[in-house]
Amino acid sequence: MLELLWIVPALPFLGFLLLVLFGKHLSRTGVALIGVGSVGISGILTILIAISFITAPPAGHHFAQTLWVWIDVAGFTPAIAFYLDSLSMIFMLVITFVGFLIHLYSSEFMLDDDGYSRFFAYMNLFIGSMLTLVMGNNLLLLYLGWEGVGLCSYLLIGFWYQDPANGYAARKAFVVTRVGDASMAVGLFLLFKHFSTLNIQSILTQAPDLWAIGAPVATAAALLLLGGAVGKSAQLPLQTWLPDAMAGPTPVSALIHAATMVTAGVYLIARMHVVFALSPIAMLIVAIVGALTLLLSGFSAITQVDIKRVLAYSTISQIGYMFLGLGVGAWSAAIFHFMIHAFFKALLFLGAGVIILTHHHEHNMFKMRGIRKQLPVTFWTFLIASGALAAFPLVTAGFYSKDAIIWYAWSSEQGSPLLWVAGFVGAFITAIYTFRMVFITFFGEPRMEATHKPGIRLKIPLVVLGTLSVIAGFLNLPETMGHFTPFSDFLHFALPAVRTFHETLTQEFFFQIYTALASLVGIYLAYFFFIRKFEFIVQFTKTTFGAALQRYWFSGWAFDWFYDLLFVRPYIWIARINKEDVFDLIYDGIAAISRVFNRMFSFTESGRIRAYAMSIVIGAIIILTIAVVL
Amino acid sequence: MISIPLESGLLLAGILFALGVVGLLVRRNVVFVLMSLEIMLNAAGLAFIVAGARWGQPDGQVMFIFILTMAAAEVAVGLALILQIYHRFKTLDSDAASKMRG
Amino acid sequence: MTLTFLYLWFVIGGILAWISGRWSKNFPRWISLGFLSIHMAVLIIIWIKYLAAQSAGIQSGPWIMEINVPWIARFGIHYSLALDGFSLLLIVLSNFLGIMAVAASWEGIQYRIGFFHFNLLWILAAIVGIFLAMDLFLFYFFWEIMLVPLYFLIGIWGHENRTYATLKFFIFTQASGLFMLLAILGLYFVHGASTGIYTFNYTDLLGTPMSGTTAFWLMLGFFIAFGVKLPLVPVHTWLPDAHTEAPTAGSVDLAGLVLKVGAYGFIRFMIPLFPEASFSFAPVAMILSVVGIIYGAVVAFGQTDLKRLVAYTSISHMGFVLLGAFAWNQLALQGALIIMLSHGLSTGALFILVGDLQDRIHTREMGKMGGLWDTMPRMGGYAMFFSMASLGLPGIGNFVGEILVLFGVYQVSVTLGIIATIGFIVATIYSLWIIQRAFWGKNTQSWKLHDHNPREVAIMVIMVVGLMWMGLYPQTILNTSRQAFKNMRQYVYNVFQPYHQKSSAYQVNPARDEMTEKSLNTAQIKPKDGDQK
Repeated sequence: MLELLWIVPALPFLGFLLLVLFGKHLSRTGVALIGVGSVGISGILTILIAISFITAPPAGHHFAQTLWVWIDVAGFTPAIAFYLDSLSMIFMLVITFVGFLIHLYSSEFMLDDDGYSRFFAYMNLFIGSMLTLVMGNNLLLLYLGWEGVGLCSYLLIGFWYQDPANGYAARKAFVVTRVGDASMAVGLFLLFKHFSTLNIQSILTQAPDLWAIGAPVATAAALLLLGGAVGKSAQLPLQTWLPDAMAGPTPVSALIHAATMVTAGVYLIARMHVVFALSPIAMLIVAIVGALTLLLSGFSAITQVDIKRVLAYSTISQIGYMFLGLGVGAWSAAIFHFMIHAFFKALLFLGAGVIILTHHHEHNMFKMRGIRKQLPVTFWTFLIASGALAAFPLVTAGFYSKDAIIWYAWSSEQGSPLLWVAGFVGAFITAIYTFRMVFITFFGEPRMEATHKPGIRLKIPLVVLGTLSVIAGFLNLPETMGHFTPFSDFLHFALPAVRTFHETLTQEFFFQIYTALASLVGIYLAYFFFIRKFEFIVQFTKTTFGAALQRYWFSGWAFDWFYDLLFVRPYIWIARINKEDVFDLIYDGIAAISRVFNRMFSFTESGRIRAYAMSIVIGAIIILTIAVVL
Repeated sequence: MISIPLESGLLLAGILFALGVVGLLVRRNVVFVLMSLEIMLNAAGLAFIVAGARWGQPDGQVMFIFILTMAAAEVAVGLALILQIYHRFKTLDSDAASKMRG
Repeated sequence: MTLTFLYLWFVIGGILAWISGRWSKNFPRWISLGFLSIHMAVLIIIWIKYLAAQSAGIQSGPWIMEINVPWIARFGIHYSLALDGFSLLLIVLSNFLGIMAVAASWEGIQYRIGFFHFNLLWILAAIVGIFLAMDLFLFYFFWEIMLVPLYFLIGIWGHENRTYATLKFFIFTQASGLFMLLAILGLYFVHGASTGIYTFNYTDLLGTPMSGTTAFWLMLGFFIAFGVKLPLVPVHTWLPDAHTEAPTAGSVDLAGLVLKVGAYGFIRFMIPLFPEASFSFAPVAMILSVVGIIYGAVVAFGQTDLKRLVAYTSISHMGFVLLGAFAWNQLALQGALIIMLSHGLSTGALFILVGDLQDRIHTREMGKMGGLWDTMPRMGGYAMFFSMASLGLPGIGNFVGEILVLFGVYQVSVTLGIIATIGFIVATIYSLWIIQRAFWGKNTQSWKLHDHNPREVAIMVIMVVGLMWMGLYPQTILNTSRQAFKNMRQYVYNVFQPYHQKSSAYQVNPARDEMTEKSLNTAQIKPKDGDQK
């Protein structure tokens, strides 16, 4: 079974190829069959591989498969080779499974679009690249997948290319992530220089021997990789592209900008965990980046009016949690949150997609209001997912995954009270903005009518993901509640367990209660301010301070403005004034000088024979005189 | 055979050459310019003859024949040019044909 | 004999194409295509034989084949041609782009077709000659010959501002060639004075003993000539003009081949002939190339003429080549070669695309484009692919080359490696700009155009396949050129150790290369465990 590993990414690539070559001649059904089918089969295959991997684990709980040597130059030998262990297994499962559901959903969602086959071609290419990213056994192949998903993200954000705003958002996403990618590339150069290989496993085994804990070079390597991770995962300071990326079709936001691609950074850090663990400073920076990001984007989410932008900021914030988890060494908690987040955030986006589709492509929550009666399935699944996002205690999966991270932010050896406070406040804010969104969109007086009912292909993914958003949490119960942890047990074959101070169960229990309270109070406050006393908020935003604060948070803490001022404008300015190429002036100068000489001497060319004769005579006389005198 | 002194011969050649130069410079009529050129060429030829006679060598006469041939060719080309100039500018004024000015 | 055939064949083909142009418009096209195809067949046979011999472990001297007979014995000038993996690949590229150029101008050129193809084939003949010549006199001869047909090609079939462009191009290359001539003569006399043997032969001139200052000045002569061709930043301004004004075939040849001649000169002649001087000069050269990488990209972004934009990207890409050449380790050199090949394909394809576009909308101004994806999705798709190639997307040949160069450069200089990596970001900006301005956005001019026809699609598909092949399995190329670079590095190391062995990656490390060699041999039989060690 494991030998079939290479087929998993190959199928979506094949689907992409077929759609690109024959998409024009296929009917919509044909396109959907290829597009959805390729991902579906690869999903089934992944599940079969997973079953075989779990029931009959290969030696050392990992499996490698080499297809061919990609490049072979003087000891630099990255191969097209796949590596399967529990970490990549989980990512593969999420990618193919959630990916399949979103493809299914898209087959109805995009039905009226002219670019139907183009859409599925891009989506298949994305799934293929994402699988390559998580399955690559060396960093260069990982980088191939990494850039491949970046390309797909670009293509899909700009899917409706006629609108220049979408093109701008797409370019922004690509360029900003490319900044991170460049840093990651330098990280690869550094790792290769020291290890003479890019194979991930050999780096991980060699690193502790070669580098001492806290070695500057280890910190440099970890920070360079972190640069790539913050770009792809939209963390501070490269988070600005994700809210704009919402210009793409909603299934794209669900798949790429919520469930899978943006978590590539989390995968990278988890994958290279040994390098990070060697540098406590880098770990701390990862945790701080996560904590700051989750707070900043949480506050921004409270002020958004576009439902997709709320979700975008919440994605940034939740990935901030994953980074926080990684930063304190709670590897498996971060990965657990990744999985749960993939379920509920995909669901939220898909639900938002249904709302947008059935309401004249309206994104503004305040123009919808009270639509829970019109779309019951969407409402209930959306509510479940919102509960999970707000970490509603006990019944939602989000509670278990987020609580674990917040708890480890306190109790881990690398944790600290400040990090815990950030996580705790973040949980509180998350509850507020999530339920603000729910209350505004679904409650109150309806202002719009749904144009049509969502079909079955839209509903199935909602229901499936809704179920998962509840039950998946039980895969990893904390010590206080039965200590049933098959998920992290499985991951510990690939990632070390978190090292904690010996905290008591009672303490953990109290911290869980704090988290639960944060969530409940947040939900109540959202209810209070956005249902009961909405005028409070309206009043507050009318005060000078309130308006300024709202504008500031709404713009995402003015990062865009700042980058625009610092990088974009100067670059455009330089490019514009230098259009004619300043170096050409040198050669124009040389040409001008010769022209001056030309003018100086050309008057002697009078065209009069007698003048020429005269100058010959004078010249002859002068030369003769000189000859005689000398 | 009375030998003419070298100095007189060279003096004559020099005077002839100077006359040619002056003619070349002051005349605007192209025919006169051509004639002045002929005078200068013959002055040079005379100088060669005189020198050849002085040293008793045939080289001077060889050079003179050479100059003679060249002058003939030059006159042929020159007259053709003069005809063309007259044809084109309806004048023989050399200053009129100054199209080649830079 | 084969070596003489390689360039003489084009000379004959060119004359035949010219003559045949008197009778029919199609004769020259078919004759050129026929001559190119036969030439390609010969090249492929040589290539396959060489690869087979390599994998069988047969090593017969440094060259695949060579010929060396006295030509003007009095001055030590030899008719000396030689072929190794490096030049073989570049000749294959020349031929390939020649075919593409003929195909691309099949409909675009309707005027003096015979003479056009004569020029095209003679350019190729001269370029093949440059890649083969192992006698500096002969090399210079081909170097100068190349300019003449190129001059006619741009001057006769070029666009509106062609006179200015041809003149500029000719003056730049001619003047820089003069410096090389002086340097060649200088080397000739220095070698003659110190050894008593006056010769222009490359292999004899290697390792000529000379003082540091002499070496520096002679090296500088070569550096200027090759730097103008490459082009390096302060002397690059002929390139955008020449590329923009040239007909499509001319741009393909310029970008694909003429620039490569410069890079080839650096790697084959300048560094091996003057190792010590070159490496003492390396910091300057490498900074210039990094400046070129970034400067070219920034200026490209500022252009409004699409063809000019593409032209400026060449400056950026060729910066990587020079950077790789001066890093002088196996990684960087092989990377530089891959960039040379893939840049030839990707930029050539972009020029062909711009040409196709210009044939349809009769302008190159990007302001008048926009929304073309609506009416020409196929062309848009190819443009997208080649833009991605240009920004270095993994899986496409350009990426393999650039990343190898950067891996190599990083071993030599961390700072330069990092700054050059910024090239990835700036390349992204202009590449996406092409797509945005030409193909995305609103179709404001309401263009209704016919999409690529089968001939154009065929050109594009071949280019795409070539680039993907280089991107996913560059091993065919790396195997071909490995020995050639090892030989050149060996010449240099015999004389001089650059970079003071700061890093193990610089030395010709027998153990490491041996290991690679072994792993390669097994790799060709069965897939092996890649880089699992």
